[in-house]
Amino acid sequence: MQLVLEKRPERSTIVAIASPLIAIALTLVTIGILFAIIGKSPIEALRVYFVEPLTDPYPFFLQQEIIVKATPLVMIAVGLSLCYIANIWNIGAEGQFLVGAVCGSWLAVKTNGADVGHWVLVMMLIFAALGGALYGLIPALCKVYFGASEILTSLMLVYVANLGLDYIVRGPWRDPHGLNFPTTAAFDPAASIGTLFEGPGRLHAGSIITLVVVMLAAVMLGRTLMGFQIRLVGAAPRAARFSGFKSDRLVLFTFAVSGALAGLAGIIEVAGPIGHLDPGVSSGYGFTAIIVAFLGRLNPIGILFAGLFLALTFIGGEGAQISLKVPLDLTKVFQGILLFYVLACDSLIVYRIRLLQTARKAVPANA
Amino acid sequence: MPETLLNIFHLIFSENFILTVVTASTPLLLASSGELVVERSGVLNLGVEGMMIVGAACGFAGAWLSGSILVGGLFGIVAGAALSGVFGILTLGLAVNQVATGLALTIFGVGLSGLIGAKFVGEKIVPAEHLHLPVLTDIPGVGRILFGEDPLVYVSVALVIGIWLFLYRSRAGLVLRAVGDNHASAHALGYPVLRIRMLAVLFGGGCAGLGGAYLPLAYTPFFIPGMTSGRGWIALALVVFASWRPGRLVIGAYLFGAVSILGLALQPLQLGIPQQVMNMLPYLATVVVLVLISRTRGTAGSAAPASLGSVFVPDR
Amino acid sequence: MKKLNVFAVIAVLALAVMTFGVVHAADKLKIGFIYVGPIGDLGYTYQHEVGRRALQKALNDKVETTYLENVPEGADAERAIEQLARAGNKLIFTTSFGFMDATVKVAAKYPNVFFEHATGFKRSKNLATYAARFYEGRYIQGQIAGKMTKSNIIGYIVSFPIPEVISGINATMLGAQSVNPKVKFKIIWVNSWFDPGKEADAAKALIDQGADVLTQHTDSPAAMQIAEQRGIHAFGQSSDMIKFGPKAQLTADTDYWGDYYIDRAKLVLDGKWKSDDTWDGLDKGMVVMASYTNMPDDVKQMAMKTEAAIKSGALHPFKCPIMDQSGKTVECKGGSRLDNGQILSMNWYVKGVDDKMPGQ
Repeated sequence: MQLVLEKRPERSTIVAIASPLIAIALTLVTIGILFAIIGKSPIEALRVYFVEPLTDPYPFFLQQEIIVKATPLVMIAVGLSLCYIANIWNIGAEGQFLVGAVCGSWLAVKTNGADVGHWVLVMMLIFAALGGALYGLIPALCKVYFGASEILTSLMLVYVANLGLDYIVRGPWRDPHGLNFPTTAAFDPAASIGTLFEGPGRLHAGSIITLVVVMLAAVMLGRTLMGFQIRLVGAAPRAARFSGFKSDRLVLFTFAVSGALAGLAGIIEVAGPIGHLDPGVSSGYGFTAIIVAFLGRLNPIGILFAGLFLALTFIGGEGAQISLKVPLDLTKVFQGILLFYVLACDSLIVYRIRLLQTARKAVPANA
Repeated sequence: MPETLLNIFHLIFSENFILTVVTASTPLLLASSGELVVERSGVLNLGVEGMMIVGAACGFAGAWLSGSILVGGLFGIVAGAALSGVFGILTLGLAVNQVATGLALTIFGVGLSGLIGAKFVGEKIVPAEHLHLPVLTDIPGVGRILFGEDPLVYVSVALVIGIWLFLYRSRAGLVLRAVGDNHASAHALGYPVLRIRMLAVLFGGGCAGLGGAYLPLAYTPFFIPGMTSGRGWIALALVVFASWRPGRLVIGAYLFGAVSILGLALQPLQLGIPQQVMNMLPYLATVVVLVLISRTRGTAGSAAPASLGSVFVPDR
Repeated sequence: MKKLNVFAVIAVLALAVMTFGVVHAADKLKIGFIYVGPIGDLGYTYQHEVGRRALQKALNDKVETTYLENVPEGADAERAIEQLARAGNKLIFTTSFGFMDATVKVAAKYPNVFFEHATGFKRSKNLATYAARFYEGRYIQGQIAGKMTKSNIIGYIVSFPIPEVISGINATMLGAQSVNPKVKFKIIWVNSWFDPGKEADAAKALIDQGADVLTQHTDSPAAMQIAEQRGIHAFGQSSDMIKFGPKAQLTADTDYWGDYYIDRAKLVLDGKWKSDDTWDGLDKGMVVMASYTNMPDDVKQMAMKTEAAIKSGALHPFKCPIMDQSGKTVECKGGSRLDNGQILSMNWYVKGVDDKMPGQ
């Protein structure tokens, strides 16, 4: 008798719908055990992690925060998914995010204090996308012309971008009235993305831009030739080669687009919720987005939901620290376990587990 | 200018500098060696940082509780292997996507290490003693480098040699490489692909755990949450840099370690370069060297094991 | 009849306990803390946590404290602070410079909550600032280093060039120069607050380049531990590191926030809180020097005398005239010493320091 995994003849729709629920149920059981060990009520934990952020009364502060937190994650993850579908491993989204933020902020810093129109913000977004795209092209070019692995080059460039941001913000772009602390001056209103509603919520137009990007990506992947190429290269690389699709162009394209989107996410964060540029503008968005991309099964709509879900767990985690006095490390453990369950349940949509009798030896016919 | 060059020359070729480089490179070498075997078998485990930090927490705990570095090392290995076991069950047993699981493992591992290590913050242990052989260690210039290191340095060297012998001079290693290059064919030939991969994953986890444990056991004899500071990611990058070959891995680990230390040690020499740029050097150096190596290899395509990262579910 | 009475009594008692419980819980002042790092960093955040625990212990029946650790300084900070406010905390301490703008924004949204921002400079009606005069301790350390060094090279391990770090370097240099004009610094920037391995590497490099006294503005005991191994001296930072350097530690420049937190909580309890800018040092016990150890008696006496002089105000570490790196005399805005603004925003080095500021 043994347990084997086998591919389902077709994807199970029942499991597809039930899988998130199963994952949550399993997580409940685990939290139950975890929290019982440390002496806290599991029901309370569930309420704080999941229910509270979603049922915040008007003006829906926590729900807005979920969207605000998810926005850069989704934007970056959509770009990354284009790369990952084609088996191109862009691990440097974090660096492209930072470079985009820097390029976009350039105009804000240069025009700070001067009375300029709203065109500044539009130009900032464009510069950020261009900057992120160019920075993303570096690992792409290294791969195309030198055959150097993009995993390594894109990752190393993250550290370079981080240190470069540190240098700029401490030196040339430092706020002259900031008592010499490493931050630019606060961006002018013309160079900022304001909130959409009055009140404590921070929902801003960047989320709408992200939504548009999600739709465009869905259309591109599903209906355009380039989208088809990407999907083909990922699913059947030899067939793609025989069809004459140039993989080099694909590498350059996907890196440029994902770099641009990461850069755009960067300037949206900086010009939106943060309001100035400093060394701490990213809390690891570029890496968390990788998880979002895979949780969303590399599909733009799936990524949208995955991003919102992950953002929910972050915000629930903060609530847990405050109301349950649970250490942040426990929240991380919980997040990890939840991801394990979600990923496992997801896999069960495509595969199933069967209990098999091990084959008995055949008895010779003329025994 | 010539005086500065002379200063730099003296700096790099001093025994103490090389000793510092060895200490800095060893955790990278330990962790990346294990990951090299894992990736050679066709599995991509991005959770190295999580396994390293758990290894650091458990390694320190073990050493503090027992008073023995050896016990600490064992705790570290077991912790790393246990964490990688979770990864193995998910990716090999349930065919879950390896990239996402590895990243989730990192989050889980960082959190777990914080929980385990919380009680031990502020404590200290006696770090691993360095070897001292009667005449050999006292040889001027190279004595301490060759015969005066802490035991884990020798373990790391033995590990790499062992892995090389395993991969290229043993049948089991040949099978492992076959599994990594073409799991379908290996399966057709009757090899237990999943079992081989699982063993590789556990081995990699143990190595990562030991690499992490090196930090509190020999480098800085205390535990602080997050003390691995991203070394797991560097270890992952080094495997790629090495084109999945053990010999190149040693070069990569020591190159990175050396340039990192250089980036620090050159700062007081006031060369006029901003310190952020000095701190960028190891990362830039790695990219440049990789590009140069890749060019000379020609356009044979990626040296990665062909089945790296792809899911394998045996058909019947 | 009897049963009813018993039930009635039980019901009344239960009601009383519940009411008392509710009233009692509601009476406690809720105080929140936001930390930028983990409480296990054995450094800056750890000392704030020590202060919080002292506050909880001292006023245990009157306050209930909460903390959020490892809060990144980007967009998440604003939400974290606001979550504390929404959870009913009436006094919130945000303990890192990078939380400044986020604290300002949330303070504007919650006028009935009191906010205190550490090491910042923006205030409002319900937002106060507080910081410690770390440079006072550094001056004393500089004097000790100047006396103890034989190679005249002091090794300085630093993380990021913020004004507080620069004023620390300068104060150390001025202290050292006051007893030993030949002293030189070798400075290494490690660009991280939490990488003990890198701090150890920097320490080794500095010792190999001739330093025989180490000082640091990073958080872990790595450098102290290397100093102990190599048989030289070092200064602890933020917390007392004597455990890691029993023969190496000369003293440590420790932060103690406990008394400040207790005072501010009491002000809120008495209804007397108002926005302030507190910048205390050795005099009020916000900076506390660890015991002077591993030094000859005359050096110890000198250090204690300097400490007393700083406490009484007789000596100011940044007393004029002060010359900058180029030799120019710096404008003295505080009369006989640099004024607070100049010290808080310090981004230049005093004469004798061999290092280059970014962007200069």
